[in-house]
Amino acid sequence: MQLWRHYHLAQSIPDALRALAEAEGPASIIAGGTDLLLDLEQGRRSPVHTLVDVTRIEAMRVVEIRNASLFVGAAAPLNQIVASPLVAEHAQALNEACALIGGPQVRNAATLGGNVAHALPAADGTIALTALNAQAEIATQNGRRLTPLIDLFLGPGQSALNPQEEMLTGFLLPLRARGEASAFRRVMRPQGVAIAILNMGVWLRREGDRIVKARISVGPSGPTPRRLRATEQALCGRSPTSQVLAEAAQTLLREARFRTSRHRATTTYRQHVAAILLEETLLTAWERAGAG
Amino acid sequence: MLNKWKLDTWITLTFGRDQAATCNTAHNKTPMSPHTISLTVNKQAIIVEVDPSETLAQLLRNRLRLTGTKIGCEEAECGACTVLVDDEPILSCVYPAVRAQGRRVLTIEGLAPNPRAGELHPLQEAFVTHGAVQCGFCIPGQIMTAAALLREKPHPTGEDIRKALKDTLCRCAGYPTIERAIQAAAHALRTGEPVPPPTCPPSSEPLYAVGKLHKRPDALEKVTGEAKYTDDLHFPGMLHAKVRRAGVPHAIVQRIDVSKARALPGVAAVLTAEDIPGECNHGLVVYDWPSLIGEGERVRYVGDALAIVAAETPELAEEALALIEVELDPQPVISDPVQARRPDSPKLHENGNLLKHIKVRKGDPAKGFSEADIVLERTYHTATTDHAFLEPECAIARPTEEGRLEVYVGSQIPYADRHQIARVLGWPEERVRVVGQLMGGGFGGKEDIAGQIHAALLAVATGRPVKLLYDRHESLIAHPKRHATQIRVKIGARRDGSLMAVETELYGDTGAYASLGEKVMTRATTHSAGPYEVPHVRADCYAMYTNNPPAGAFRGFGVTQSAFAIESMMDELAERLGMDPVELRRKNALRVGGVTNTGQVLRESVGLLECIEKVEDEMRRRADGDPFEPKTPPHAPHLRRAWGLAVAYKNTGLGGGAPDKARAEVELFEDGTLEARTSSAELGQGLVTVIQLIAAEALSMPPERVRVLVMDTDLTPDGGPTTASRQTYVTGNAVRMAATVLREGMARTLAERYDRPPHEIRFIEGLAHVNGHKVPLGEVARMMKAEGREPRVLYEYWAPETKPLGQGGDMHFAFSFAAQAAEVEVNTLTGEVRVLTVIAATDAGKVINPLGYLGQVEGGVMMGLGNALTEHFILEQGRPFTDRMARYRIPSIVHAPEIISIPVEHVSKDGPYGAKGMGEIVSIPTTPAITNAIYHAVGVRIDRLPVDQEQIALALAARSAR
Ligand SMILES: Cc1cc2nc3c(=O)[nH]c(=O)nc-3n(C[C@H](O)[C@H](O)[C@H](O)COP(=O)(O)OP(=O)(O)OC[C@H]3O[C@@H](n4cnc5c(N)ncnc54)[C@H](O)[C@@H]3O)c2cc1C
Ligand code: FES
Ligand code: FES
Repeated sequence: MQLWRHYHLAQSIPDALRALAEAEGPASIIAGGTDLLLDLEQGRRSPVHTLVDVTRIEAMRVVEIRNASLFVGAAAPLNQIVASPLVAEHAQALNEACALIGGPQVRNAATLGGNVAHALPAADGTIALTALNAQAEIATQNGRRLTPLIDLFLGPGQSALNPQEEMLTGFLLPLRARGEASAFRRVMRPQGVAIAILNMGVWLRREGDRIVKARISVGPSGPTPRRLRATEQALCGRSPTSQVLAEAAQTLLREARFRTSRHRATTTYRQHVAAILLEETLLTAWERAGAG
Repeated sequence: MLNKWKLDTWITLTFGRDQAATCNTAHNKTPMSPHTISLTVNKQAIIVEVDPSETLAQLLRNRLRLTGTKIGCEEAECGACTVLVDDEPILSCVYPAVRAQGRRVLTIEGLAPNPRAGELHPLQEAFVTHGAVQCGFCIPGQIMTAAALLREKPHPTGEDIRKALKDTLCRCAGYPTIERAIQAAAHALRTGEPVPPPTCPPSSEPLYAVGKLHKRPDALEKVTGEAKYTDDLHFPGMLHAKVRRAGVPHAIVQRIDVSKARALPGVAAVLTAEDIPGECNHGLVVYDWPSLIGEGERVRYVGDALAIVAAETPELAEEALALIEVELDPQPVISDPVQARRPDSPKLHENGNLLKHIKVRKGDPAKGFSEADIVLERTYHTATTDHAFLEPECAIARPTEEGRLEVYVGSQIPYADRHQIARVLGWPEERVRVVGQLMGGGFGGKEDIAGQIHAALLAVATGRPVKLLYDRHESLIAHPKRHATQIRVKIGARRDGSLMAVETELYGDTGAYASLGEKVMTRATTHSAGPYEVPHVRADCYAMYTNNPPAGAFRGFGVTQSAFAIESMMDELAERLGMDPVELRRKNALRVGGVTNTGQVLRESVGLLECIEKVEDEMRRRADGDPFEPKTPPHAPHLRRAWGLAVAYKNTGLGGGAPDKARAEVELFEDGTLEARTSSAELGQGLVTVIQLIAAEALSMPPERVRVLVMDTDLTPDGGPTTASRQTYVTGNAVRMAATVLREGMARTLAERYDRPPHEIRFIEGLAHVNGHKVPLGEVARMMKAEGREPRVLYEYWAPETKPLGQGGDMHFAFSFAAQAAEVEVNTLTGEVRVLTVIAATDAGKVINPLGYLGQVEGGVMMGLGNALTEHFILEQGRPFTDRMARYRIPSIVHAPEIISIPVEHVSKDGPYGAKGMGEIVSIPTTPAITNAIYHAVGVRIDRLPVDQEQIALALAARSAR
């Protein structure tokens, strides 16, 4: 059985969109292929007619400042993101998340676009981007549009993108201002599937000894990646003392919907870890924000 | 497998300018859109037509025949397939070949600046000289990944290396040595100086060849990618086989219809149980494992084979599998050994579910417990685990023109394979030749039949060569595992720590078929009271059939399980007694003159006390204060560190009354080289080096002049099974004796020729010194031939006799001993555990091959660490959940602690130059040393493997909430 019949190495965004639209059967974008090829091979996804490879499209591989935002190309390999001084400066959480994915061989192929489009509730890159308030740039035959990243997800493994007409070209992240910083942390288990038991991204703005604004994302806490808005609120205007952190953790546990995953973690353990991650990730971002 | 590689197009490969190679293949049928791509491979420009769904690994291996790039998983998990594309390491198993368009691809074959001239890249050289190469299967991936690292970071830190090699797995797991080799190569690359030599110490009393550092004879080919493993072989006209497996744990087969599969064009044969010419069943001890399950017969585990297919391509074979119609009547599943023993459980085999009730009786336990001041009891559970050797199973069967069958396979017991294959074919054994191939690891998992019989049946049916290669998924499902075991331990001691009685009850899950289950569980039982002198012992083990995958041999052979139980219990006892755990062990440790649980008096070579002392000294030297008290590292209030210690012993050799013998042959050639031959298996552990050194020692000739030939049932005499840590001792002795007899023959010839008494003749560094003459050995061979004597000796060595269990006396002819201390760091918030240091003192008698010894220690410790922390073959009602490498996790370099090896050489009188077995002992104490350390660090007792960080975290949280 052929898992796909045709492989198109796209040279440009319009070329890729055309190939998707004109395919004689089901078509799919392939970036690094580190999720897609295994899904096809292991039968988690039905065979397709055409694969459209986007890794040669230069416009999708850049990491640069664009219109006072940080643009990270959807097809930039994760290693390139990890090595980018711009990402280290403006998006520490993203840098940390990407550095934790796979080994160097996987990171040389895997992309942020794939990480997001795969739409898993605890993908590390996605959780970091969520805390960083990323916008996704989507290209269609009719042009490009920007969408808040968080609106891209419908359910586990299901993105809102129309696979035959739309593709992610990159992500726009606000530049980091003075007093702002982010961090990403996760907890793994040494046995079984190598997906985080829990991961968390935190972004905050600090004024003196107070948090004036915060964004917190956590996975997996429901079918899609999500922000913890009540917890963010609970922290605003306050100093992250242990008292405040404990209260925020309580809010988090009310707000997040942790579940038991077989052979990975129980709800109780996830709740336990969430409080720990909140403190660790938040304080890391807090320290960074204070340092300038 | 992203197989789907298609050879049904004409492919033109243009090598350079003038060479053109044309690969012809079968006809085309599906319309595809092939791509013509141009790329450079190892600095040669090529233009090649690739199939859209072909991977780079397939292009390299199958069509360019660059088989140095290995396939360990095809899941992007193991790193064995790493090659460089434009200098960056990528996984060629998930890299579409089309994507290589315009790129520079570098494989292991092209790494050296001038490979054809035999030059090595410093990394290749360092891997050889430092002993980083064991089975070799992961090595191309390790070297390519490291090459990319050194290009970027010429001066890497240890941290850099661990990050870079994070997902490049080595199951032989000499991770610390790999790291040192990379550092050595980095030095050479930076400075242009030669690769610095290893710092590994020799034996405390090195002899001429034995006990000194030597390169593995097979290391060179393994670092250049030249080494051929079974899947690297290709024969003209070869078919590809696949197995239709039951997929359910327990059922009765109602119907198997293969007619549609047979009708598929390109399918050469589809066979079912009806087509078996000889006996259906195979097995190593009991013939209870059907090669194929027929209609009306019982399926006993998910991996049971119902039909086998041979076709022109693997894809066609796969397609044919899907056309086989099967009706199964599901039966209730027996998923654990305790359930299996219940009277109302269905009977899986004719004689019921009990494979064997194993009993050990010594003294009067009731009396012992009544005289004890303290009695403790606890039940421990160990998990099913998988060998996860990096090379999945592969067998090729090839009919010869003379009407025989050759079977190419990486097997731990070539003669047993031959016997079992012949039995199923209904042929005399001599008609089958097993040609053992290099093995990418075995660890006990390549003792049973995998694809050998199926490939043989299909080859005989079609008259063509047939290759049966498992992918990782099939490997995980099909082959025997380590026995999950439930172990209840009851222990009684006096207040001063003297052990009075130990009672154990074990339930071993031997799965669907016996394999070596009885032997493994016997070892688990006889060792279940630990390496201690205990006056009263009672041990009962029920080795039970279940509907889980069969369980068989796995490094440690049952003792891994029972050592975890007894060594955990010893620590609990020490705590209850308020005694130092080292002191408690020292007090009860077996020593010369001691009597084991089976009533064997140990007359010599018991280095346990010295192992304990050495480890304790080193541990106390490193610990700040009491090693068993928790410490909090500065600036990390949530971390706790502490040490734990455990000891173990393990028999060398089959024992228990089984005749344990090996044959070896040595032959001297006129060019002055010697060949040593035995069928014993090289699975990465380094047997060929051991044989080489022993033969060289016995003849006082340079080891480089000794060739070793192994694993061929036509060319090498039977060395017996490669199991029970027996090869160094038993086959080593056979080689030594054969060489010694040859030496005597040489002396006789020289004595006559020079008219001197034989005892005056000296052999020094490859020369015979006689009467002032120095005669090269090749010359002696010529003289012997001229006299009509063959310079060749075949020797059959019989190891000292042993007694069956229950009869007292010597159940084993030698034991190895070990003590290990582990320092762990536990995160009190998340429960995560990290092992920082392991100190391993091992008494395996004389150190024959120091580099190999170190490799065994490092790999053994890592495997014990995996057993404690990462490995869990999860079964849900007989169905494997961990059916991919992504779910069955083995330790990687990031898990590797600092490993300090301390050899303790209590020589064994009858071992070759005093050596005993060491392959297993090094792995046994690690798990309990780690779990004991966890207890000392945070007070949570682990009684179930693997360690569950969640359990630790929640226990600690509950405690602090109180
Ligand atoms: C060994 C290993 C370890 C891993 N570890 C981690 C980890 O620690 N954390 C983690 O989060 N993930 C991990 N992953 C998962 C995975 O590699 C990443 O999620 C990766 O980022 C996916 O990117 P890709 O480019 O390979 O995606 P692909 O496999 O190419 O694509 C994935 C999906 O996204 C779609 N897609 C890709 N690009 C686009 C685009 N531009 N527009 C629209 N759709 C697109 C594809 O059609 C497909 O459906 C690991 C994978 C492996 C093999
Ligand atoms: S074979 Fe490619 S990663 Fe294992
Ligand atoms: S040498 Fe690495 S797997 Fe054997």
